[in-house]
Amino acid sequence: MINATTRIKESAGDRLFLIVVYAVLSVVLVAVLYPLIYIFSSSLSSPSAVSAGRVWLWPVDFSIKGYETLFKNPQILTGYGNSLFYTAAGTLISVTLTVMLAYPLSRRTFFGRNAIMMIVTFTMLFSGGLIPTYMVVKALGLIDSRWALLIPNAIWVWQVIIARSFFQSSIPEELAEASDMDGCSDLRFMRSVVLPLSKPIIAVLVLMYAVGQWNAYFDALIYLKTADKYPLQLILRSIIIQNNSGSSLMDAMKQVERQQLAELLKYSLIVVATLPVLLIYPFVQRHFVQGMLVGSVKG
Amino acid sequence: MLEAATKGLGARRSFARHWQLYLIVAPPLLFFLIFKYYPMLNAVLAFKDYYVTKGIWGSPWVGFKNFEMFFENPVFWTLIKNTLFISFYLLLAGFPIPIALALMLNEIRSRKFKRAVQLITFAPYFISTVVMVSIIMLFLAPRLGFVNVALGHLGLEPMNFLGNPGMFSSIYVWSEIWQTAGYSAVIYLAALSAVDPTLYEAAKVDGASRFQKIWNVDLPGILPTITIILILNVGNVMAIGFEKIYLLQNNLNISSSEIIATYVYRIGLLNANYSFATAVGLFNSVINLILLFSVNALAKRFSNSSIW
Repeated sequence: MINATTRIKESAGDRLFLIVVYAVLSVVLVAVLYPLIYIFSSSLSSPSAVSAGRVWLWPVDFSIKGYETLFKNPQILTGYGNSLFYTAAGTLISVTLTVMLAYPLSRRTFFGRNAIMMIVTFTMLFSGGLIPTYMVVKALGLIDSRWALLIPNAIWVWQVIIARSFFQSSIPEELAEASDMDGCSDLRFMRSVVLPLSKPIIAVLVLMYAVGQWNAYFDALIYLKTADKYPLQLILRSIIIQNNSGSSLMDAMKQVERQQLAELLKYSLIVVATLPVLLIYPFVQRHFVQGMLVGSVKG
Repeated sequence: MLEAATKGLGARRSFARHWQLYLIVAPPLLFFLIFKYYPMLNAVLAFKDYYVTKGIWGSPWVGFKNFEMFFENPVFWTLIKNTLFISFYLLLAGFPIPIALALMLNEIRSRKFKRAVQLITFAPYFISTVVMVSIIMLFLAPRLGFVNVALGHLGLEPMNFLGNPGMFSSIYVWSEIWQTAGYSAVIYLAALSAVDPTLYEAAKVDGASRFQKIWNVDLPGILPTITIILILNVGNVMAIGFEKIYLLQNNLNISSSEIIATYVYRIGLLNANYSFATAVGLFNSVINLILLFSVNALAKRFSNSSIW
């Protein structure tokens, strides 16, 4: 029967309570999942089914017309390429700078670490604002330059805090002291001891910066002027939110068909822009959670 | 021992010994000076009349003229009202939900179900702002949107949700909750896993029901975490995000969707009225800083939890 030492029989009230909890969570699950499934299914339906509102759960009149059109559109392909570039280059720069700042700040014998930490964290509380920052970027000649998406927001203070507390807790100060006695320089210590031991935190930094960069649109909106430098997110905004469907491709079609295809294209675009992130997400969720927690415990 | 050694080390010995580290720290530090601190200097624009030809420092001082213009502008109260209304709505609706989600998840014994709920509710956090707004617009589109098609099947009149100023804040807030509740719950779940297990044993011995256990053990156990997150949220009510609101705006809902941040962008970058927009932005930053300090001081006084 029931093992009294490990499990005390639940009362009827408790069981009812648990049923309610399961029911509520199931509703939450459906509420979160349904819009995602709906979009995915719509992207795989025929243009006419989508614009007639015939899609409810699964694809109707299965078709990959949306994706075909999408991958023939030069504007979208350029945007995709740009976003890949910004994500790769931006992540490299951001992670490098973050480690360069966080590691010295984790060393107890590094004079001035508290002052530097203050300088860095204060920027979380107060900023000069949009226009003053824009003027700095402008003065540096970065307007309409690809660098404007890579440099002005390269370091996130939160990431510095996370990385610093990782270094502090997992690389013993004694180890650095000992290497110092043996005549090992700080740089060499960083290269041959710190970096190999820091793979988990570097993974977290890479993931967070990469997702941030892939999803960003604001810097591109204010700093870029030439359309062929736009990241995918800005192309998305133009096609879906401002409704400028990439019509150049569809001139030959009839008005109705064109409208239907434009509608379908929006769903396919959302899938194509989000899938890379959502596909890797289940494998990396653990790292994200770890990163958040390190920061929240020590920060 | 290490601490003592550190204190005796002093600046000069640290420079001599760690010169390589100072070299390494210089570029990121330079980044902060150029892109975070120089703009703070540039914020003097708020007290000047900006002439492109004269530059920031050559332009004439005008004292508080830009601020006075802003306070006397009829749009001022609309901006304050919209900013605060959307913020507090989000706080009131969005703050308790992740806590409830975490408390409920903590009751689940089936590891598979628990993991599935966590994985799926966390996922929307990775959707970009542009995609999020795109989804909202597709679902709420006046004719073909999912919601209006569904309303049609129920025999109800279709609505132009995004063209209705009265609905703007709800659309913003509930989509925000949809996107971030799972993410925000993670912190509370971690706090829950750190609650002293002997308290649960004691509760069990005393015959507490599940609900009593949540109320008397779980909630007090995560109260410090709740307080800190609340401080951060209240301290940031004026710093509500620009990105999503700007994308959701249109001519029909602008009366309830224009907030300080979007106004700064419109006036400053689109209309090139630099000084005035800087003043508006500076006003916002200063209020926000004051709020953050006051809330933190209050929390320190009443609950011993604070962020610094």
